[in-house]
Amino acid sequence: MLALEFPPINELLRWQDIFPTFNKVALIAVLATLVTSVTFLIAARQDGLKAPRGVRNLAETIVEFIEDQIIMPTMGKHGLGWTPFLLSLFMFIYLCNLPGILPFFQFPATARIAIPLFLSLLVWVIFIGVGFKHQGFSYLKNSLFPPGVPGPLYILVAPIEFISTFLVRPFSLTVRLFANMLAGHILLVTFALLTHELIQSDTIALKPVAILPFFMLLFLTAFEVLVGFLQAYIFTILAAVYIGGAAHPDH
Amino acid sequence: MEAFSILAALTGDEAKAASAASSAGFAYGLAAIGPGIGIGYLVGKSVEAMARQPEAAGMVRTTMFLGIAFTEALALIGFVVFILIGL
Repeated sequence: MLALEFPPINELLRWQDIFPTFNKVALIAVLATLVTSVTFLIAARQDGLKAPRGVRNLAETIVEFIEDQIIMPTMGKHGLGWTPFLLSLFMFIYLCNLPGILPFFQFPATARIAIPLFLSLLVWVIFIGVGFKHQGFSYLKNSLFPPGVPGPLYILVAPIEFISTFLVRPFSLTVRLFANMLAGHILLVTFALLTHELIQSDTIALKPVAILPFFMLLFLTAFEVLVGFLQAYIFTILAAVYIGGAAHPDH
Repeated sequence: MEAFSILAALTGDEAKAASAASSAGFAYGLAAIGPGIGIGYLVGKSVEAMARQPEAAGMVRTTMFLGIAFTEALALIGFVVFILIGL
């Protein structure tokens, strides 16, 4: 009846090279970088004293979002110096997620683990660096031996703190972004395939049924817009929390 | 039950592939239970907090997203395992 066969995972993720060592994923990453830089460079050329318009309006909205929604609740006023880094992190991840639903791209670049892995290693290096810069070697002491724990329990607490701070953090940052985008992509592929197969089926009675997976596909596309934004937001806010926590230890 | 008797009749590589597929399904299904309950409870409580104290809504929302991010990680690790052993 239906010749429905789900393609192997490699077929969903592997793209032919546009030219050697450069495929669609790389193209999306390069475009995300270019779009971000060009947008903010154009916005920066306008006179800041006049009322903002056009691109600058958009850029100011994004910067305000980063400052008010991400930095202020997690790092406070001291963290405002981190706006440029967190802004570029947010924009890059968001613009890598967005092509998952854009026609002709149809693939979120963050669904290949290399990009999330690199970004979270970057955040990892930065928050450890910030910790050593602000607290010196007592950063290790502060993060491995949190205050307020009865003495003998430190045998138990120190290894757990070490694993959760230095090993699990980059891992979970990577896997959260990667798996969310990959799952979204596979869901879209599943329902697109189902719609296609039902429309093409030989049985006439099955053709109208294709409307059901099609509506699911529409719904999931809208859902992916939300997920792409939310994952960029969560990645950035976690980076802010980690950096803020390394700069100022808990008392 | 029929599925299980078909599974039992398979041999060698086929049996391996079939058991990998079914255990991948089980793995992801089990991994989704805990985070499902956790996120439901977390968001429910956050909505309650926001309704009681609307002026604290911004702070509650930020904390809620942080909590969701940590809770969800377990389900996502389950999803990665599902892909590694199932496909």
